[in-house]
Order: sequence, then C-alpha cells, then structure tokens
Amino acid sequence: MHNKEITKVCLLAGKLMLQGGAETYRVEDTMMRIAVAFGIDNSQSHVTPTGIMFSISETEPTNFVRIVERSTDLNKVTLVNSISRNISNGALSLEEAGAALKVIEKQTHAYPIYLQIVAAALASGCFTIMFNGQWIDFIPALIVGGTGFSAMIYFHRVVEIRFFAEFLASLLIGFFSYFFIYMEFGIELDKIIIGSVMPMVPGLLITNAVRDLMAGHLVSGLSKSAEAFLTAFAIGAGVAVVFLIV
Amino acid sequence: MIIEQLVTSFIAAAAFSVIFNAPKNRLIQCGLVGMLGWFVYTICTVNGIDAVVATVAASILVAVLSQLCAKFYKTPIIIFTVSGIIPLVPGGLAYDAMRNFVVNDYNMAIQLAAKAFLISGAIAIGLVFSEIINQMIRKAKWKKIQ
Repeated sequence: MHNKEITKVCLLAGKLMLQGGAETYRVEDTMMRIAVAFGIDNSQSHVTPTGIMFSISETEPTNFVRIVERSTDLNKVTLVNSISRNISNGALSLEEAGAALKVIEKQTHAYPIYLQIVAAALASGCFTIMFNGQWIDFIPALIVGGTGFSAMIYFHRVVEIRFFAEFLASLLIGFFSYFFIYMEFGIELDKIIIGSVMPMVPGLLITNAVRDLMAGHLVSGLSKSAEAFLTAFAIGAGVAVVFLIV
Repeated sequence: MIIEQLVTSFIAAAAFSVIFNAPKNRLIQCGLVGMLGWFVYTICTVNGIDAVVATVAASILVAVLSQLCAKFYKTPIIIFTVSGIIPLVPGGLAYDAMRNFVVNDYNMAIQLAAKAFLISGAIAIGLVFSEIINQMIRKAKWKKIQ
C-alpha cells in the first residue's frame, strides 16, 4: 500500500513539471529522486510530451498518466522542484508531499491575464526595435502585439483546436498591421508583423526539440518539432492569408 | 544604438518571463541574462561574424550565467535559460520561412527554414556544451577530493 502512495506522489510531481514545460530529463530525474528518497532504488520512468509511464520496479504494475494540456509555467516547475528537494532532504513526509503537490495542482497562473497581455505588448514593441526596426513602428507593434496575444487567449478558450486559434490570432495581427500601415501610422509592415507575432512563435519549442534530440530523447524531440512546425505553419498561414487578400 | 538594444532586450526578456510565469522575484535576473546574451549576439553580428557562430557564443554565455543563477538561487536552470535565449531564438525566421512557403516562394522559404534550423541547433549546442563543461569541472573537483 505504501508503494501505491509513492507512485501517486511521483506521478503527480512528474505531471505538474511536464505541464509546466520542464525538460524531459528533468522530469524523469525528479520522479526517480523522489522514489529513491522514499526507499525505492530501481524505479523506471519513461517520459514523452504526451504521457508519463512510471513503475516502482520491474515486476510491479506500470502506471500511466496522459498529458493533454501543455503550457509554459515556470512557477510550477520551481515549486515542484523545491518540493522534491525537500523530500530528498527528508524535510517532507509522504503525506505532506502529496498534500503540497495537490495545492500546486489547483494553483492558477501567478500573474493576472492583463499583466500577461501588457508583457506581450511590450515584448512585441521591443522585438520590433531589436530586429532593427525604427522607433516610429514601436507603438503600432505594441498595439498589434497586445491585440494579437489577447485574441489568442480568447480564441484558445472558444476554439478547441489550438492551431486554429493561433491561425485566427495571426490573421488579426496581419489585418491590424496592414491597417496601421494604411493609416500611415507605421513604416515597415514586415517589422511590425515580426514583432507582433513573437509572443506566439514556437522559438522555444524548436530549441527544446533540438536539445531533446541531442540528449537522446528521440520521441520527445520529434513530437516537439511536430508541434513547433504546426504552430509556425498556423502563424505563417494566418499572416499570408492577409497578404493574399489585400 | 547599443543602449537601445540593451534596454529593449532587457524588457523583452523580462516580459517573456512574465508570459511564461517565472517566479516574481526572479524577473530582474531573467531580464539581465537575456540582455547579456543579446548583447554578445549584437556585438558579434555588427562586427561581421556569422549569425550562427554569434548565436553559439551568446547561448554559451546565457547557459553559464543561468548555471550560476540556478546554483545561487537554488531554482531549476530552465527558468533562466528560457528567458535568456528568448531574444536569440529564430522565431521571426521560422515565421518568415512559413510565410514564404504559404505564398509559394519555395526558394526563399527553404533558405530561411534552413537558417532557422541551424540557429536553433546553435542555441542547443551552446546550452549542451556549457552543461558538459560544468559536469567536467564537477567531476574533476570530485576526483581531487577523493
């Protein structure tokens, strides 16, 4: 019965970290460390972006958790990491660790939505300057980037399929940027669009995918590249539709 | 020109760590790591060094700084690397490549896609390389103690 509880805690910790965007090897490592801290030496785990398989030992039953929703939530990764650190230190018992993880599971985003939108808008404006844009394009990129990011959050809630939400949001970004150029409120259409789509593009996913491939996590690497490719395709298609229409 | 790049890259990296929900008291450090990485990248590219090589140099610096921060604050290294490499990642290139694919300009699209792939490989190499160096240093120290 003790084994059952340990498996539960390990799986919950792994699930929270994977949903928060932790690296594959870190998830495997954390789950095994927690198991070792509770006296189980040869646990087995196999982590992919869409599911976790974990077994206390070779002859015990294997447990499986499916991961549907993935986002980047570094706060959760940090919290779970410090819990696993405390477990290794012996500062947390099995029950306490399970309770603490359940609290983290219920926790929502650390920053309110409006703050995230402001951050996305600021990042869009700054990226326009970083890609050698001119300061006159800063304000249009700020507005378009903020609108695009809030549109993505909204569509993400309404539309079930993520890539369609990204497509619609980048369609909006294309239209708004074109509108600003048309009103002669900006100079370079390309710089405004590139800055505004930056909060949505899967640059991080691409890099993580290559890194996973290098580390030998071939399944994770390939599935992450597929996800990154689809996202980039959705964004590129959304903007391209605007180019085709106008 | 350098100053505006520094300020904008700091804000961009810190803003991205807000979007990625980094812990509140680490935002400044995330911004600084991103700023220094972008600083190295711009200095290299302005002096005519190839973008891929510049990215490797910048991401090695980002990884080293992140390792120091991770050790100092006892947080997972991913918090700092994620915001640190955000200015470097070829998101704009990936988007540009896809846009060219969609409007049937395959020559341009393949070129851009290859470049985006190389740059993301360069970032990954920089991160992994500094990790290996770190492990080697750790192992060397361990042997000395033994």
